[in-house]
Amino acid sequence: MRKIRGLKRQLLAGPYLVWIAAFTLLPLMVILYYAFTTTSGHPTLLNVTSIFASVHFKSLLLSLELAFLCTAACLLLSYPLALALSSLKTKRQGFIVFIFILPMWMNFMLRILAWKMLLSNNGVINMVLEAVGLPALDVMNTPFAVVFCMIYDFLPFMALPIYNSMSRIDKGILEAAQDLGAGRATTFFRIILPLTAPGAVSGTIMVFVPALTSFAISDLLGGGKVLLIGNVIEQAFIQEYNWNLGSGLSLVLMVFVIASMALMNSRGDEGGVGIC
Amino acid sequence: MRKTCLALFLLAAAALCGCGRDGGENTLTILNYGKYIDPEAIEIFEDETGIDVEYEEYITPENMYTKYRAGAIDYDLVCTSDYMVEKMIQEGEALEIDFDAIPLSKNLDQSYFDFSKSFDPENKYSMPYFFGTVGILYNKKMVDEAKVRSWEILWDETYSGQIIMPDSVRDSFMVALKILGYSLNTTDDAQLEEAKELLIRQKPLVYSYLVDEAQDEMIAENAAMAVVYSGEAGLALEYNDNLAFSVPEEGSNMWIDSWLIPKTANHVENAEKFLNFLCREDISMMNFDYVYYATPNVKTKAALDKSLQENTTIFPPKEILDNCEILKSLDDAATTNYNILWKEVKAAD
Repeated sequence: MRKIRGLKRQLLAGPYLVWIAAFTLLPLMVILYYAFTTTSGHPTLLNVTSIFASVHFKSLLLSLELAFLCTAACLLLSYPLALALSSLKTKRQGFIVFIFILPMWMNFMLRILAWKMLLSNNGVINMVLEAVGLPALDVMNTPFAVVFCMIYDFLPFMALPIYNSMSRIDKGILEAAQDLGAGRATTFFRIILPLTAPGAVSGTIMVFVPALTSFAISDLLGGGKVLLIGNVIEQAFIQEYNWNLGSGLSLVLMVFVIASMALMNSRGDEGGVGIC
Repeated sequence: MRKTCLALFLLAAAALCGCGRDGGENTLTILNYGKYIDPEAIEIFEDETGIDVEYEEYITPENMYTKYRAGAIDYDLVCTSDYMVEKMIQEGEALEIDFDAIPLSKNLDQSYFDFSKSFDPENKYSMPYFFGTVGILYNKKMVDEAKVRSWEILWDETYSGQIIMPDSVRDSFMVALKILGYSLNTTDDAQLEEAKELLIRQKPLVYSYLVDEAQDEMIAENAAMAVVYSGEAGLALEYNDNLAFSVPEEGSNMWIDSWLIPKTANHVENAEKFLNFLCREDISMMNFDYVYYATPNVKTKAALDKSLQENTTIFPPKEILDNCEILKSLDDAATTNYNILWKEVKAAD
């Protein structure tokens, strides 16, 4: 009897298994095949080891650097936001969270293009600055513009998990801390921070991984001058017709993604949004 | 469980493979550059012939090659540039065009078929669509016009942060190679290395590397100069009176974009009908108005206003064309070399 029930359960997972097989495992195997063969189909390791070619390695380092910056900035911005939010009345909180999520309903590309309009030499921001007699900003097509847009795009993925875990903290615990004479700083560092860690961990993964692999933002706001590893891979696939090289480099990038997720997941994850 | 998994896996694979369509229907699948045909012309063709047109766009010739080679779609008709036409012919991917089935192709100026011989020696595989040169589109308010006669202005530090270069390997290298006085089809390592160094030296001055958006940035006056195709410049001039176009004296690239029928074509007859349709005077005029590149169609050119016919931005005069080279297709080793050098430029600080 139990066996049959188990089988039924497994059948429920059927569509999911098909999905995973067709759209995750199969493509992954194709990528593996391409990564370890030459364009003419002979086995090789060159595609993977070419990450050490100076150009590729440089773009990987730049990607890592920008992804770290973006994640750190999102973390620093999210805590005050989540603190402020959770001190509001519940009804208000819902409304503000809604406003916060609202931009995410718009297409991601459109939002990047909007930033392009805002930041370019004769863009809206510079027009305003000029009108009030301030010097013009010269940030378009720099790594700064790229990180800035990444932060804008990925902030909700950090803020929401942190806010979620913060709103789940029992108010009684905070009151107890105050009763026992803990100041605001002590309460934050010894109570709130540890209790929201799971949220921060999943937020970090959700920001770091897309930031590390992004190529659209650097393409549009970097003006082709900021070459991230994502751009190198995109070029290999689309411009150079070298799927083998693209797959090899993707594989290396995947190692970084999985490593960062494993590292994060190992650091106690309870109640946070599980990613793996 | 393992068996179920395997079965499901095979099922999924079969479902994926089963998606390929056969060429039974009366359709025509076209692959063309972005913004390179008046969408209304396609509608007229559909109305007149009852053929369903499936229309796809791409950005750079390399991009087209990837799309074509990926093999997901059987294209019936492809429009691309000289050196890519040559590559397709060399790889046996182009079918011979039966020009008897395209009677209106006599509207096309024979001299452009002669130019085409550099990549299609017997004029068997391609039909010219538009042509032009590459030059500097500049803003007269920001740039000293006397200096635009030379590509060197793109290395002038006065214009730091106001220069737009093409985000396309061959076009960017063309500029550097011409300054150095080399052929734009060179495969010599030392010459290419020199060109790369020059492009890296230029990078701090560059506002951005763009292809199709360069025109928009220039109209919005976000930059002072951009290396663009002549037709794009012609169109930009219509939108902003401060802009002007110059083909530097060191020489440049003359390009011809041509139609070819690839080996994947399932509807050759429809493709021929479409090519004939494109040569028709009214349709050619519509496309000229929309694209604003030099048309090889004699009748269309004759029907234009005198001022347009004499517009040297759109129709490059003979002495400029004589100073231009047509891009040739490179072998795999040279292509790889170009790609690596280009990446080094893009990754430089």
